[in-house]
Amino acid sequence: MSLAPGQAVRVKLEWPETKGPCHIRTPHYLRGRQGVVERRLGSFANPEDLAFARPAAALDLYHVRFDQPAIWGEGHAGDAIVVELFETWLEPA
Amino acid sequence: MNVLEADSGKLLAAVTALLAQKGIVQPPEIAERIAVTDAANPGQGARMVAKAWVDPAYRALMLEDGSKAAEEIGIPMRGMPPLGVLENTPSLHHLVVCTLCSCYPRAVLGYPPFWFKSAAYRARAVRDPRGMLADWGTPIPENVQLRVVDSTADYRWMVLPLRPAGTEGWDEARLAELVRDGDMIGVTVCKVPS
Repeated sequence: MSLAPGQAVRVKLEWPETKGPCHIRTPHYLRGRQGVVERRLGSFANPEDLAFARPAAALDLYHVRFDQPAIWGEGHAGDAIVVELFETWLEPA
Repeated sequence: MNVLEADSGKLLAAVTALLAQKGIVQPPEIAERIAVTDAANPGQGARMVAKAWVDPAYRALMLEDGSKAAEEIGIPMRGMPPLGVLENTPSLHHLVVCTLCSCYPRAVLGYPPFWFKSAAYRARAVRDPRGMLADWGTPIPENVQLRVVDSTADYRWMVLPLRPAGTEGWDEARLAELVRDGDMIGVTVCKVPS
């Protein structure tokens, strides 16, 4: 999956931590949220496997921008949160 | 033996010896990395910022590839995560946090301030960044957009602050003395001391 700058994406609404030991770099507050791709940052070994010394595939890492007040239901219009997210956590919105 | 209760010095010696024995990493490499880590300090990031303020080509390089820009002025980046640089403008302010743990641009800023890893900073920086910054004496004007950069994965982020007014004609060394670690993660803005 290749995502272009400006593309709308949704963070998967998944909670692997409820199913057993895991290491996740996708913050809780973004699960299920919609954002916009800023740019692709590069390709990096999947930390979810690295953390357990398992063979780790290289995954695309994206900088994704989210509307900040929309996440919390408060804040200043126009403010944003920008986060690094791996391709496996993103789906086109 | 319970490793959690073991003497930390002995534990370190044992792990270091095992790493060497297994051919994973040798003591001189560990010593070199400790020396690089200890030598890193906010003065390195400040040199980058000051150069970017006076040299448009360097500024462009820094925004395109922070790691290359750091290496160009002699900051060791080998084995360090890639460095991204966030440009503050009169209409856009950046704030850096790591809500998951403690990612910090150590290669160019050194060890993080003690509060950077606190649950309070990590929670409030994403939830109420304007309130937090105002409490800390850096109110963000209404007409300036705020971007909180949550450092969650393989990049490390530093802010290129706005050059303060009243520094026209200053040379790089004098400008670099103005730049503080807080300015380079966006919890403060760079000012000329009054």
